[in-house]
Amino acid sequence: MELTPVYNDKVVRQFAIMTVVWGVVGMAVGVYIAAQLYWPALNFDLPWLTFSRLRPLHTNAVIFAFGGCGLLATSYYVVQRTSKTTLFAPRLASFTFWGYQAVIVLAAITLPLGITQGKEYAELEWPIDILLAVVWVAYAIVFFGTVAKRTVKHIYVANWFYGAFIIAVALLHIVNSMAIPVSLTKSYSMYAGAIDAMAQWWYGHNAVGFFLTAGFLGMMYYFVPKQAGRPVYSYRLSIVHFWALISVYMWAGPHHLHYTALPEWTQSLGMVFSLILLAPSWGGMINGIMTLSGAWHKLRTDPILKFLIVSLSFYGMSTFEGPMMSIKTVNALSHYTDWTIGHVHAGALGWVGFITIGAMYAFIPRLWGKQAMYSIKAIEVHFWIATIGVVLYIASMWIAGVMQGLMWRAVNEDGTLTYTFVEALKATYPYYAVRLLGGAMYLTGMLIMAWNVWKTITSDEKAPATSTAAQAA
Amino acid sequence: MTTFWSAFIIVIVVVHLIGYVWLLRSTAKMPEGAKVGETTGHVYDDDLEEYNNPLPRWWLYLFYITIAFAVAYFALYPALGNFKGLLGWSQYKAHAEEVAEAEAKYAPLYKKMAATPIPELAKDPQAMQTGQRLFGNNCAVCHGADARGAIGFPNLTDGDWLWGGDPETIKETIMNGRQGVMPAWGQVLGEQGVEEVAAYVYSLNGRQAPAHLLEAGKAKFEATCAACHGIDGKGMQAVGAPNLTDNVWLYGGSLTSIKETIRNGRTGTMPAHKDLLGEDRVHIVAAYVYSLSANKGHGRGEQSR
Repeated sequence: MELTPVYNDKVVRQFAIMTVVWGVVGMAVGVYIAAQLYWPALNFDLPWLTFSRLRPLHTNAVIFAFGGCGLLATSYYVVQRTSKTTLFAPRLASFTFWGYQAVIVLAAITLPLGITQGKEYAELEWPIDILLAVVWVAYAIVFFGTVAKRTVKHIYVANWFYGAFIIAVALLHIVNSMAIPVSLTKSYSMYAGAIDAMAQWWYGHNAVGFFLTAGFLGMMYYFVPKQAGRPVYSYRLSIVHFWALISVYMWAGPHHLHYTALPEWTQSLGMVFSLILLAPSWGGMINGIMTLSGAWHKLRTDPILKFLIVSLSFYGMSTFEGPMMSIKTVNALSHYTDWTIGHVHAGALGWVGFITIGAMYAFIPRLWGKQAMYSIKAIEVHFWIATIGVVLYIASMWIAGVMQGLMWRAVNEDGTLTYTFVEALKATYPYYAVRLLGGAMYLTGMLIMAWNVWKTITSDEKAPATSTAAQAA
Repeated sequence: MTTFWSAFIIVIVVVHLIGYVWLLRSTAKMPEGAKVGETTGHVYDDDLEEYNNPLPRWWLYLFYITIAFAVAYFALYPALGNFKGLLGWSQYKAHAEEVAEAEAKYAPLYKKMAATPIPELAKDPQAMQTGQRLFGNNCAVCHGADARGAIGFPNLTDGDWLWGGDPETIKETIMNGRQGVMPAWGQVLGEQGVEEVAAYVYSLNGRQAPAHLLEAGKAKFEATCAACHGIDGKGMQAVGAPNLTDNVWLYGGSLTSIKETIRNGRTGTMPAHKDLLGEDRVHIVAAYVYSLSANKGHGRGEQSR
């Protein structure tokens, strides 16, 4: 019988714990600033509690701390198991954990202090950028080193996506963060004007494409078939949508800059490639959902599978919405409104959040040698409270966004604008309350998860000897 | 853009589109003998397998449709480098056309209103509705939706005017903007001097100020400040110097604020709206602003000497 190596799961456990911790922190900051939009006095006139400083802290915490730790945890877990080998350079892997946490802590200190490069999703100043680049290269060495020393012939599809995510993020981060430092805490972008804007949104949209999509598709390709106990629906579909996805995403950035000083041909290419992107994105959704076909009955009893399937549904929905919003005439209405915020959260809460939560519930018991999570009932409660939270969030932002777009463009008989800006803001007020409620529900779900994870890893119950490392015999 | 870069863009776009078609064609065809529901034979992590099912047809056609759309769009619209597209559409042209269309539709209306003198126009409810909306979308961001201003932004409803409140002056202010500059006197007067002058200014509208500072303050005021604010402190609208004897304070009337103003100076900017709104609309906004205090019946234009 083939031997299963004793996998290096210490670093996986560390990242898994921090995924839950940063998830709670990042979402709590999100709920707090959502509350500020409803009660502006909540910044208490303190500069480091203002929306403008906490908003980048929220986005960095949920994308890079929560999402990033989830990706590092699952990629280390998946690459070892699908390559049937232990991690390459385990001490370097340990460095990626501590280095990555250092970046997050530095972000949490500098952003509220107002130290920022002023580039969305790339706010961190140059010394932190350099540290992150070093950590990321170490991560690439560990990951690809592990793939290289695999004992199986083929490279599993999840690892293609993790690999593309690791390479692309290194490229995006390094190119977009190029800056000339003037002090330890201040630098100026190496690019100017429209070129700077284009570099930023090339980065910005590919952060969505490679960090928030390709990486989590890697997660999906391992945990969905595992949890469903079914083979992946179509190998050939995974080939097409992988190559199409990574090549089309690279073009899509300019749709963030429609009707600006960016040259028109760039805008058009950005729009059209964003439309093409619908097909490769749905390729991933189809492959995930069809993998479950034949195992639908499991949805009744397995709340983890519910998280996974609903995340794929939100993925399909937001990758339909995205191409539509990138059409210039639609964008003319949607741009600068809260519709964009709704779209982003359909992807972030619905897709990224749910797939990560599902993966955590699936592998945390195994990582700590338990049979299952402490409370399946709590997972069920988490699922419903989070689902309702997401729906409230995105529905309120859709209505608010479309309403804002229509109010801003409404014109009277005499050619004057029907509404002033502040009237549109006032009309948005109730929707901000609903959004706050939705976000608070999602955060509540995360707190239930944190409790459940804590009870799971501290319980005395042991899994039967047949699971995980014990199989080695 | 040079021909080289234009060609470069066209080539990589075309290569990508051809690449997608090739990718789809080569994977859409099932190999000889392959059957639906058969796995690739690869097994990972003990039990992970993959079927090698064909691409769903509807999805395949969806992909082809998006590529066909891309080809059509690239032919019609500016996308391929220097090629402007067969339709000749551009965002700049589209914008210019929309503006011209709006001008043709609304300009006669504004022209008609602009032909009416401001005091008369200020009594026309329909014109004032237009004026209020123009104000709401262009002026309210600084002066407030109710035009009562804020610190640094004058209240337009109180009949107290920095630059003058007669109709033509209001219009001139909106057309060409204003730069209100109070120089910093901290260096010249010294801290003791600032204290003295501030106390004197504070007392000008009849408030109690530390008596021992007033005499020195008055002397310094007359030597330094009177050039703009006048010997009596009633200001001078020609240079936008405010009247210091009333109870209207642009930057705050507390002793602290007055000291700050004298020590470090103030700069206020009213932007020019001539090119933003055009003269006709400025005329209507001027009438609206005039109407805000026209029936207050006090002060307007009278505080100048």
